Amino acid sequence: MATGFRRGRGRQRRLDRLSRTHSLGIAAFVIAATALFGTVGADYLGYTGRALRQRAPWLIVLGVFLTLWEVATAKFAWLPLPFFPPPQAIIEVYTDDLPKLLDSVFASVKLQLGGYIIGATVGFLTGVSIGWSRAVGYWLHPVLRFIGPLPATAWLPIAFFTFPSSWSASTFLIALATGFPVTVLTWSGVASVSGAYYDVARTLGAKPSFLVLKVAIPAALPHVFVGLFMGLGASFALLVIAEMIGVKAGLGWYLQWAQGWAAYANMYAALIVMSLLCSGAITLLFAVRDRLLVWQKGTVKW
Amino acid sequence: MVAALAEVATHHAAGAALDIEQVSHAFDIDGAELPVLSDVSIAVEPGEFVALLGPSGCGKSTLLRLVAGLDKPKAGSLREDEIRIVRPHPSRVVVFQDPTLFPWRTVWDNVALGLEAQGILKSQRQRVDDALDLVGLSSFRNAYPQQLSGGMAQRVALARALVNDPKILVLDEPLGKLDSLTRITMQAELVSLWQRKGFTTLLVTHDAEEALVLANRVIVFSERPARVKADIRVDRPYPRHRGDPYLADLRRQILGLLGLDATW
Ligand SMILES: Nc1ncnc2c1ncn2[C@@H]1O[C@H](COP(=O)(O)OP(=O)(O)OP(=O)(O)O)[C@@H](O)[C@H]1O
Ligand SMILES: [Mg+2]
Repeated sequence: MATGFRRGRGRQRRLDRLSRTHSLGIAAFVIAATALFGTVGADYLGYTGRALRQRAPWLIVLGVFLTLWEVATAKFAWLPLPFFPPPQAIIEVYTDDLPKLLDSVFASVKLQLGGYIIGATVGFLTGVSIGWSRAVGYWLHPVLRFIGPLPATAWLPIAFFTFPSSWSASTFLIALATGFPVTVLTWSGVASVSGAYYDVARTLGAKPSFLVLKVAIPAALPHVFVGLFMGLGASFALLVIAEMIGVKAGLGWYLQWAQGWAAYANMYAALIVMSLLCSGAITLLFAVRDRLLVWQKGTVKW
Repeated sequence: MVAALAEVATHHAAGAALDIEQVSHAFDIDGAELPVLSDVSIAVEPGEFVALLGPSGCGKSTLLRLVAGLDKPKAGSLREDEIRIVRPHPSRVVVFQDPTLFPWRTVWDNVALGLEAQGILKSQRQRVDDALDLVGLSSFRNAYPQQLSGGMAQRVALARALVNDPKILVLDEPLGKLDSLTRITMQAELVSLWQRKGFTTLLVTHDAEEALVLANRVIVFSERPARVKADIRVDRPYPRHRGDPYLADLRRQILGLLGLDATW
């Protein structure tokens, strides 16, 4: 595996003003050794070994990429330095700027989670009511058509001066961005439930509440999850913009701040964290979906 | 299976009378009226087993929907034990032509649907197990509908109906998708279940032989719009034999009514 490339790193001291080079070298060595040990001993490691072996091509590519990056920045400085920091500079951010980064992560997660949960809940309830009740549909459908397609970002200026705090304004906007796709897809899900299911339930003595809770909603759930997924994407975009513009906390704000100080390593570090968080959120959503929709076959694996 | 039959049969629900009086029905298709039932009158006695035969598309399923209370007739009336049918009630359970199991529920939960909807599942879970035993699908209780074959799905749909102890059991070609062997077994099960429990049965079928093996009475419909073309009593004791010359004679007569004398 990529061991050969990596071993030399500990000795690269050309750019000796970069700290953490030593720790990067040790880390790379440990990872490479684990990979080597894992690859050779895969047969004795059971499940872990098999998983490792399956990912071996990716590990190699990753190793090569890191090495090229290291060589291109730290060793030969082919890439202009402030914009393209070497890997050790990013590690340095994670160790030295950890408290601030953690604060930002915490603020982002809090804002995102609050807005998303409110938006998803309201969207789901609205979608079910529109899909179920003709009267509710009559009143809400035009509103939805008029306001829904408007990008939630268009509300930014209004929201920031009408709401008491930038935090509540952002929560509202994230909820709005989430709510629209969730509403539309829940509604279309409920509306597309086959009448035969209702017939069966009614002949078996089901009351209207049973029809909504035990027939319409479970049948619409696959659509609801598509809406939740789309809402998640829309709300991430809004979160970052809101943090950059109004909220003085969170990863979006951290990015902005890092750019202001030309701290590019901090930017990359924050980007990586953000990507992990967003990907993690989607993984979580898909895990919930897979649990609730085990009866469906051929669902997309995330 | 026999033990299970005895179990289910302990919940007594005798059959109800069903009066279909001068019922006519029509659908609107693109503004044009499509007459489907024309002045249909059938008086079904409590505990009777009535088979409905007729050409495809003549309106049999439509009549069953009216009996279930899912639709209202354009003219005429339907009554269960002298009470007008205006909405569905679990005393009249329908096994639809399509099994329409709920794909998000396991087999057991599908069968439990009626008891759950009526809010009595907690105290009556045993009935679900018995009904599953009855159709021979106990080992599939945790399977999802898409893991079943077409015939198994129909058996689940049958169990889902039987678990409710209906007074009138309405069956729309429930054995249509079964292989001939399972079909014969299920026919025998159906007869013995009906004899034990005494519910009134209304069975739509395409198969004249099936109608004659199972029913007290066979009603033959005309082409759409359906009218009652013949009302034939089948006075033969159960279990009936397929080779019975009396039944063979009736069968010829019925196929003649359905316009098949040339090929027969
Ligand atoms: N909901 C509906 N809207 C309009 N037309 C309908 C509807 N349901 C049934 N029909 C029409 O009514 C006629 C009778 O349908 P029905 O399903 O009762 O036939 P059937 O006797 O059960 O036929 P098969 O034996 O093939 O099941 C058909 O011509 C069909 O097109
Ligand atoms: Mg039919």
